[in-house]
Amino acid sequence: MSTVDCIILTLVTAVPLLGALLLMAFPNRDRDIRWFALIVTLVDFVLSLHLAVRFRAEKIGVFQFEINRQWIASPNIHFHLGVDGISLWLVLLTTFLTPLCVLISWNSIHERVKEFFILMLILETAMIGVFVSLDLFLFYVFWEATLIPMALLIGIYGHERRIYAAVKFFLFTMVASVFMLAAIIWLYAKTGSFDFVTIQQAIHAGAIPGFIAAAPWLFLGFFVAFAVKVPLFPLHTWLPDAHVEAPTAGSVLLAGVLLKMGTYGLLRFNVGLFPEQARSNAPWIMTLALIGIVYGALVALVQPNLKKLIAYSSVSHLGFVVLGIFSLTQAGINGAMFVNLAHGVSTGALFMLAGILHERRHTYEIKEFGGLATPMPVYATFFLFITLASAGLPLLNGFIGEFLVLTGAFQARPLFGVIAATGVIWSAAYLLWVYQRTFFGVVKNTKNSSLADMLPLERLAVLPTAIAALVMGVAPIIWLKAIDPAVGYILLPFSNLAARVVGQ
Amino acid sequence: MMQLTDMVQHIPQGVDYVRILPVLVLSVFGMLIMVIDPLIDEQIHSKVLGITALIGSLAALASVFVQAQSPGLAFWNMVRVDTFSTFFQVVILAIVVLTILTSFEYMDTQRIRAGEYYGLILLGASGMCLMSSAIELVLIFIALEISSIATYILAGFQRRDPRSSEASLKYFLLGSFATAFFLYGVALMFGATGSTSITEIAASLRSGYVPSLVYVAVALMFVGLGFKLAAAPFHVWTPDVYEGAPAPVTGFMSTAPKAATFAVLLRVIFEAHAPGTFWLIWVAAVLSMTLGNLGALTQTSIKRMLAYSSIAHAGYMLVAFASAPTAGISSVMFYAASYAAMNVGAFAIISHLGGFGERFVSIEDYSGLARRAPFMAAMLTVFLLSLIGIPATGGFFAKFYVFSAALQSNLVGLTILGVINSAIGAYYYLRVIVVMYMKEPNADVPVEPLPIGVSAVLLVTMLATLYLGLFPGNVLSYTQLSARNLILQDAKSPGQMQIKVDFNLSEAKPAH
Repeated sequence: MSTVDCIILTLVTAVPLLGALLLMAFPNRDRDIRWFALIVTLVDFVLSLHLAVRFRAEKIGVFQFEINRQWIASPNIHFHLGVDGISLWLVLLTTFLTPLCVLISWNSIHERVKEFFILMLILETAMIGVFVSLDLFLFYVFWEATLIPMALLIGIYGHERRIYAAVKFFLFTMVASVFMLAAIIWLYAKTGSFDFVTIQQAIHAGAIPGFIAAAPWLFLGFFVAFAVKVPLFPLHTWLPDAHVEAPTAGSVLLAGVLLKMGTYGLLRFNVGLFPEQARSNAPWIMTLALIGIVYGALVALVQPNLKKLIAYSSVSHLGFVVLGIFSLTQAGINGAMFVNLAHGVSTGALFMLAGILHERRHTYEIKEFGGLATPMPVYATFFLFITLASAGLPLLNGFIGEFLVLTGAFQARPLFGVIAATGVIWSAAYLLWVYQRTFFGVVKNTKNSSLADMLPLERLAVLPTAIAALVMGVAPIIWLKAIDPAVGYILLPFSNLAARVVGQ
Repeated sequence: MMQLTDMVQHIPQGVDYVRILPVLVLSVFGMLIMVIDPLIDEQIHSKVLGITALIGSLAALASVFVQAQSPGLAFWNMVRVDTFSTFFQVVILAIVVLTILTSFEYMDTQRIRAGEYYGLILLGASGMCLMSSAIELVLIFIALEISSIATYILAGFQRRDPRSSEASLKYFLLGSFATAFFLYGVALMFGATGSTSITEIAASLRSGYVPSLVYVAVALMFVGLGFKLAAAPFHVWTPDVYEGAPAPVTGFMSTAPKAATFAVLLRVIFEAHAPGTFWLIWVAAVLSMTLGNLGALTQTSIKRMLAYSSIAHAGYMLVAFASAPTAGISSVMFYAASYAAMNVGAFAIISHLGGFGERFVSIEDYSGLARRAPFMAAMLTVFLLSLIGIPATGGFFAKFYVFSAALQSNLVGLTILGVINSAIGAYYYLRVIVVMYMKEPNADVPVEPLPIGVSAVLLVTMLATLYLGLFPGNVLSYTQLSARNLILQDAKSPGQMQIKVDFNLSEAKPAH
């Protein structure tokens, strides 16, 4: 491994934070600050491309670009980073979306610009840290670290009820994650290590005293923290509030990345560390996911508020991800990971588009619009493209993931697959209906008749997501090539489990 | 002649004085301030006294390191200098230095004549230092009284403010009552074991037979110490006293005497092996955490809120007392240090923003502080996040060690209650952050630029909070070493007995 490979993960994680620190010392000139933030996030994106290029999908069962240095001797905490096929793309998703968030905030944030970009850069470091940490302690540190910048972004730069939303977001996540902390401490107390790989091996070898009795509780501890983040029905109530009140960039990162931290955690920790519990708890978790899919879609259908509609569509889409993960099949989890990425790209784009409209009209109420295709043709085109991607049109990114998830669900439990499949219809229904109400027909509201179309900067921000949506739809193999072996490795204990059950 | 040489032998040696050096330095400077107080010109009065006190406290801090070079027993086994006592003395004296620095500005804005103020801080600190190195219960009691009497008066130093007088009186009355409990416990302990020395008590209790009187003694001592810790159910005085006392004093009171009392409690529980403490501690810990956090939820004054929060933090620390010795002791020590850093820092900001007569201490007064004084708001945010227990701050590691100590001892229930409580706690600290960052600025509240003293305090406490949060390794290995030493003390105690025999020579003389 070259030296670059050794330090690349540290670099990708640390660059935004260093940028934030530099920014603190920056003079208060908004224009320079924006440029600086853009450059930092772009540099980080370029650095993260190195991961994608040098990643070796054929190396199964090991983490790549690993770095493992002792941070604190006692307790035994390490600065241990590494990626596998699952976390790799989530890192790239983060570094891909953040520069776009800088662009979309370019003109919409006028006040306290410096703090805004400082918070965003800190958030980026924390998000990447969550995906690359292989030390449970470090993971928890990054996990909690995402909380504060996001809460501040919502609370300072959000809309009318921003404080309520920020506090609700903070408390929901905080309360849930202390249970995870308790579980992590328990594992440390029994194994003397925070290292993910060490703990995983100890668990699979059955070397932890008292594990059998504690495992259901540990599973729950992790599960609650991740389920709130995903968010899984019925723990989702913070999400619509947070989304509606957040500034555009906040919504993009929230939907695009923060929710994925939950699904990533479910797969990495709940499934990775507790296979037996994952199997025995799968039915009710899948049921909750199903309820989430249908409920989220139905609520989205009747939402009068565009942003809330997209928020509830996230609840529905993330239900697919959880369903896929707990189908515990190769296809299901592959699909879940792909939906993760696709949802990040297309929902991120939808929030940007909603933000662009809000810029012009200062409202998200759908009934205020109508016939927008006439004054804003480019905008309408982008919106349609992303809407179709999100609805799961073949050859765009939404289709592959949902298809794989449904395949997995059918393999695991056919009835669940049938019900989940209705989710695809629902999502087409609410998305196309909202598109029709917003863009088609004649302009009824005179305020809309002279709206400016997308500015070059806005096109620049949305275009990459549209391209990504297309490429992901046409050539999903680029992503699945890395995801598939990693998922196969995670599922190994399950085939052993099955063999054991049959053997008995 | 023989007798004379014997007597000479038992006159304290030079090294004995080194082993109480910080106490001596503090007393000398404390008295010096009292003496020069009337002699100084009014113009420069408060400055001179303040600087003298600062020099005194820094000298005392330096003397701790001198003292640490010669560990061992002193004054007929009444004092022991070890890494444990050194740690607590460093923490206490660091708090004293920071409190004095904060007080410079405070004395001026409140137009209080400094006078005895600085003297009392130093004298009180001498008591606290002695508490952390004393291993004899009567001496501990005396040290406790020295520290308490100083803090009773300090609490009432805002003479013109009725709240402050109320605080002082309430603290004094209830405090005296509580120390009486402690003394009663000491007396019963003496009755039951025939000694007031912690090492001898430990030997006696380990010998097998534990008279039931010991349980009563331990319970009474716990009441006395619990009061000083502001642990529930002995906490009712805390909100009123913390609210009424001058802000720098509140910062001081909520950290330094508490650290000293925790040192005493650690010695009593883990070194003397006081029996029957588990459920006492368990109940007190759960009550303190719960009542503290629930009480803090509805407060509108930031001082009162931090008073309740300090009750809650005492509860978290008590969780560690219920755990196994090594992990328990070291996590309490670490907690004391990081709590000191974040709380003193927070109170420095509160006393700076309070203004004349401390009019601006309600949470609403902090509205929009982030826009008016971004630096101060950021600092306070760090301290509050540390109090919540967010990673990368000292407060997080402190809680983390406490809970992992508890889990290592299989105290699952206590840990769960603890983490639920820290989640509840997040809400009220967060409220202050929300007000500072998300509300419109409140122009009625004057925001003065930070004077040099407070800036220095903020810098030090901030660095300490982050250092403990990012690189806790060094401090932690020191506390673990101290914890092991403290436990070893007891394994070695035949050796201690040997020294005791030496000591008894003079009384045994006639038999010679």
